[in-house]
Amino acid sequence: MGKKEVLLEIRNLHKDYGNGPVLEDISLQVEKGEVIVLVGPSGCGKSTLLRCINGLEPIQGGSILLDGREITDGKTNWSQVRQKIGMVFQSYDLFPNMTVLDNVLLGPLKVQKRQKAEAKAQAEQLLARVGLLQKKDAYPRELSGGQKQRVAIVRALMMEPEILLFDEVTAALDPEMVREVLDVMLELAESGSTMLIVTHELQFARAVADRIVFLDGGHIVEMDDPETFFTQPKSDRVHRFLNTFVFASQSQERKHSESQ
Amino acid sequence: MTKYAPMYVQAAWLTLRLGVIGILCSLLIGLVCAILQYYRVPVFRRIVRIYIELSRNTPLLVQLFFLYFGLPKAGIRLSSEACAIIGLSFLGGSYMAEAFRSGLEAVEKSQVESGLSIGLRHGQLMRYVILPQVISTSVPAICANMIFLIKETSLFSAVALADLMYVAKDLIGLYYKTDEALLMLVISYLILLLPISLAASWLERRVRYAGFGN
Repeated sequence: MGKKEVLLEIRNLHKDYGNGPVLEDISLQVEKGEVIVLVGPSGCGKSTLLRCINGLEPIQGGSILLDGREITDGKTNWSQVRQKIGMVFQSYDLFPNMTVLDNVLLGPLKVQKRQKAEAKAQAEQLLARVGLLQKKDAYPRELSGGQKQRVAIVRALMMEPEILLFDEVTAALDPEMVREVLDVMLELAESGSTMLIVTHELQFARAVADRIVFLDGGHIVEMDDPETFFTQPKSDRVHRFLNTFVFASQSQERKHSESQ
Repeated sequence: MTKYAPMYVQAAWLTLRLGVIGILCSLLIGLVCAILQYYRVPVFRRIVRIYIELSRNTPLLVQLFFLYFGLPKAGIRLSSEACAIIGLSFLGGSYMAEAFRSGLEAVEKSQVESGLSIGLRHGQLMRYVILPQVISTSVPAICANMIFLIKETSLFSAVALADLMYVAKDLIGLYYKTDEALLMLVISYLILLLPISLAASWLERRVRYAGFGN
């Protein structure tokens, strides 16, 4: 493997909502084709980081570069940049006044001014890929949460972004629907998409990530490959975090000790 | 009674014509005001707020008198019809603005963000994502305002327009047929407003995205 191209670079990012820093001195490089999973306790700034990258939140310090060009210098044409940065949200946010097909075609037709026939063909192909071609004329209200989220992923993919941001996309879903969304994301990762994922699904994180970034209190506490992160966390903080997800062994131990 | 029916018909047309023009202007004013408030455009936002309070808290009759009797003193002379249309639009604009504003506020912020994230510019976002949802939620209020505004046209007789109310008062004055004239007046307004009311409920059902789940 040769030296990889850096697609997204975050340098000393500082974010403050006005009552203390939310993100402090965050630096991170995302290479082309890399899948990075951000984990950490609630309120640690993971989602905020994604929102800053997509320009939904102004930042108070540092810089963000996409393809080597700074996008946080105040001169950015966000409409153009956001086409290169796809984002999928926790609450899906499909447009309720449009069918599935119109939802995923809005960006390509209105923003990118692509030909309808060609965009439609791509939309149908992508909808088929996530198993929802038969729902193309349905309205969002007729879909389940998992289906909506898969449509939202297609909507982001239609813009042919260079990087995809996923903000807790399975957090609002029933457990059974989580899988269908994660499968789509796994497939995207395998096909070489560059992805930045915020999730609480640790098993999924382990399976999909090239690197895991652990955030706490607005700082990057640890950054490692998944194997090292899950088996030999360096810091005590990560160790404690990972332990909160372990129920089975603890309750086994407790029952064991009670019976003695 | 049938002898005077043509007078009522003619007056009804006038009422309807001025009412419709007034409503269209109100919708336009309302939409612009609501959008200025929605985007919190500095200065304009204040002006809109003052306009809304002024327009909603003064009676239409007073507004009409101001236009018809007050402005000429300042050298601005308007025809009766112009006064009627301006007065009705001035009043209706604020009511429509509030209807649109509640609709705009009902659109989730996350809808805006997901629209922005696919690269939509603010104008496109407004046109394709926000306004269709606003119309869906605001239609009941807008329809109620329309009916309210058409009823308010009954004040136009105060600025010497031969609307329905004027004809009725005229007939009462001339022939003392108070009961008949008033009955005809009520019937005329019903004929005018019932179809609008029914169309409004039909429209409300049409534009609802049932459940509205995104």
